[in-house]
Amino acid sequence: MGSRASTLLREEEIEEIKKETGFSHSQITRLYSRFTSLDKGENGTLSREDFQRIPELAINPLGDRIINAFFPEGEDQVNFRGFMRTLAHFRPIEDNEKNKNPTASEPLNSRSNKLLFAFRLYDLDRDDKISRDELLQVLRMMVGVNISDEQLGSIADRTIQEADTNGDSCISFQEFIKVLEKVDVEQKMSIRFLH
Amino acid sequence: MPSRTGAGSGRSLPEFGLLLLVIFVLLEGSLLPLGAASSTSKSCEEAKQGHTEVHNFTKKAFPVLGVDYGHIKNPFEISLWVLLACLMKLGFHLIPRLSSIVPESCLLIVVGLLVGGLIKLAREEVPPVLDSKFFFLYLLPPIILDAGYFLPIRPFMENLGTILMFAVIGTLWNAFFIGGLLYGICQISNSDLTAIGILPCLLFGSIISAVDPVAVLAVFEEIHINELLHILVFGESLLNDAVTVVLYHLFEEFSVDGSVTVLDGILGVISFLVVALGGVLFGAMYGFLAALTSRFTSHTRVIEPLFAFLYSYMAYLSAEVFHLSGIMALIACGAVMRPYIEANISHKSHTTIKYFLKMLSSVSETLIFIFLGVATVDGRHSWNWIFVTMSVVLCLVARVIGVVGLTFIINKFRIVKLTTKDQFIIAYGGLRGAIAFSLGFLLKEDHFHMRDMFLTAIITVIFFTVFVQGMTIKPLVELLAVKKKQEAKRSINEEIHTQFLDHLLTGIEDICGHYGHHHWKDKLNRFNKKYVKKFLIVSERSKEPQLIAFYHKMEMKQAIQLVESGGGSKLPSAVPSTVSMQNIQPKNPPATTKPAERVLPQLSKGREEEIRKILRSNLQRTRQRLHSYNRHTLVADPYEDGFSDLILKKQRMMIKEMTNYLTVPAAAPDSPTMVRARLASDPQSYNMKPVSGGVPTIQVDLASPQSPDSVRLLDELGEADGKEQEKDQGLTMKLPGGSSRPNKPGETENTREQQKLTRCLSDPGPTAELKELLCVVGEV
Repeated sequence: MGSRASTLLREEEIEEIKKETGFSHSQITRLYSRFTSLDKGENGTLSREDFQRIPELAINPLGDRIINAFFPEGEDQVNFRGFMRTLAHFRPIEDNEKNKNPTASEPLNSRSNKLLFAFRLYDLDRDDKISRDELLQVLRMMVGVNISDEQLGSIADRTIQEADTNGDSCISFQEFIKVLEKVDVEQKMSIRFLH
Repeated sequence: MPSRTGAGSGRSLPEFGLLLLVIFVLLEGSLLPLGAASSTSKSCEEAKQGHTEVHNFTKKAFPVLGVDYGHIKNPFEISLWVLLACLMKLGFHLIPRLSSIVPESCLLIVVGLLVGGLIKLAREEVPPVLDSKFFFLYLLPPIILDAGYFLPIRPFMENLGTILMFAVIGTLWNAFFIGGLLYGICQISNSDLTAIGILPCLLFGSIISAVDPVAVLAVFEEIHINELLHILVFGESLLNDAVTVVLYHLFEEFSVDGSVTVLDGILGVISFLVVALGGVLFGAMYGFLAALTSRFTSHTRVIEPLFAFLYSYMAYLSAEVFHLSGIMALIACGAVMRPYIEANISHKSHTTIKYFLKMLSSVSETLIFIFLGVATVDGRHSWNWIFVTMSVVLCLVARVIGVVGLTFIINKFRIVKLTTKDQFIIAYGGLRGAIAFSLGFLLKEDHFHMRDMFLTAIITVIFFTVFVQGMTIKPLVELLAVKKKQEAKRSINEEIHTQFLDHLLTGIEDICGHYGHHHWKDKLNRFNKKYVKKFLIVSERSKEPQLIAFYHKMEMKQAIQLVESGGGSKLPSAVPSTVSMQNIQPKNPPATTKPAERVLPQLSKGREEEIRKILRSNLQRTRQRLHSYNRHTLVADPYEDGFSDLILKKQRMMIKEMTNYLTVPAAAPDSPTMVRARLASDPQSYNMKPVSGGVPTIQVDLASPQSPDSVRLLDELGEADGKEQEKDQGLTMKLPGGSSRPNKPGETENTREQQKLTRCLSDPGPTAELKELLCVVGEV
């Protein structure tokens, strides 16, 4: 399904994506047109180069990591389904969704899934822990070249010390959630996709 | 001896004394003018007689003691009022039970009523204290400037859409609803009310519809409500000034003419845009000027705060010249100039600005409420049951309907929706205040014969909102369990992760091609960093190293704190865990010490503060000082007093070639007084030794392997020769070497040091304080 070069999105696909991600019809079509405009090779998938062509991403300190987040493990191409699946994390949480279906699996844009997405951006080796090195890498990316390693190291140490409750010198996902409990993640990690 | 009764009687004595003082001041204020009035009239006659009699040549005895109240009358009375206001503030806080039940604003109005009554009894004429000119030109600007300077920009911008909706559409709705319905009611009631035309009614509606920033500030600051609601109501009260100004002038003009056409309506809309945007533009312009000026004040630090105040006040006045919104000009000026000024001025100036603003706004607010009370007693009132009660009722109803209706629309666009509780608080928090009264006072008597009735109604509404709503909002907030303000400071984690999420969201927005909130914010930040900062901030500090120097400053502060906190005795438990963080050598890996060990509060607070500040400034954002937009929560800077002393002493010190060790043995901590004593006896002159390597290095080694109990403060400035041990030390804060430090072409290390030194001499800037601290603390 992903490799077929189709300029039109079929209705069934839209329905499936709608069910999986919760986006509305118009949002999906809008994002599909964005997808196709990024897809210079016109093969129905996006590669890393397609993303890197976006100028603002190049100056974003986290640009590479964000791009990587779109690509599933080990693959180099992402189709529209995958694209939407990643973007679904940033949909605003709606009140009525909370009560809809308690037995169904958690929607992609729930608070903990949002946090998991962010956590995975730190945790590159997927060991469910943010180690000091991983934290250092992110800090270095955000801070620029002008801070020495020792200073960054002390910041990283302090960060870990604050969050670490079980003493393993790493931040686990639970600790990550706990530390961010005061932050309004629902707002901070949501983009208002225009209706 | 039961201590409680002792303490109780001990406490009531000062209160009693205060009460006596207040009464004395009041009496003096009212009686002295009386006596003086008679004496001045006498002296006038005498003067006249003296002139005529000079020919008669009667030599009078030389007056040893004379009374001439007349020529100091005005300043004296003004001072008396201010003194009264301040004493009142003191008094309220000595009676804790009262201040927890009744908000300060209510108490102040009551005081004003009493004073007004007193004055009226003492003599005939009450000074027209709430004269509109006096109010708008002198009393209001400090409060607004204080609000604008310390406005929390981020929540404000994030909710700007909502705030604007409430401010503009909400106020318009209120004005027309109240005005229109009042007109209808006036017509229905068969009394002399029918004479009031539609336009005066609309004018009245526009005066009374605006939520008042002074009242909102006064009440909301005591209830510590969560940031979102606070910024919504407060922001609305600030931004509705433009609407009020336009409506007021519109209706006032046309009440004279008698009719309004569609063209006038359109002109009104255009006028609104001009007023609002013009005000903001004026403010921003003056703000930039202020920032630019502050760039050059490194040699005259004493007058730095003055620039901030003057430019803002000029912005306000200039806006008022063109009938633009002065309030918005003030807010824009304060908000625009703040980040740049703070980067340029010295620490002391920053403190001065903060405290001076708080002081002025506090006094202003107190005076305003007292004057409201006085003006109530004084004013000629024309009480009309129907009009007054209906205006109160309509105000409430209009506010509720407006808020509910607007929230319904707004929630469609908000990510975090406003709940019913939120809506209730927003509606209930729509307090009216002195601005409405002053606007009513401005009405000309001959145009509006019902001015007195309007004033009475306005005062009633104000009293109702301030007393009833002001007093009950606190228990209601408790009852409804509305989210309160987060008292805890943000942790490092929150800081890092919030920044992280910002970048993430910006990236996602770019991928979606959606030019949203984050996109523009990011663009603005980049533009700011690239062009504006270079222009407005002192050149050295606009580049990266400034941030690093700031970071050094934070570390230094913490080192000082460690020293001052009594040296080694308290440290043993705390220090090891700090060491584990800071010690980068493999000898002491973090695993050996318990990372979960919580440091002593002193330590963690200091470190947290500094690291938060590091992150704030380093993670590609401008530096922010402490949250101090609430004058009730001015955070005491523990280092301020110590700082100034230390810095003063330091001014005679040599900066270079100091192998400074401040060793604090566990047994006898070297108190700062000792250090200072030693410094004072040190007759040093400046010796400009060029810094070898150009790298001032501070090493804070908290418990090196050799002596776990000592705190060593090592100053390595200018030490190229043998400090091999520095490799073994703990945290090394180095200004990065030449490669990453963009040196101005042709500028040697020497001149830079010299520059910094000269700055040290006059009044230390933020970067130079680092050096001073070293000099002060690091003395063998």
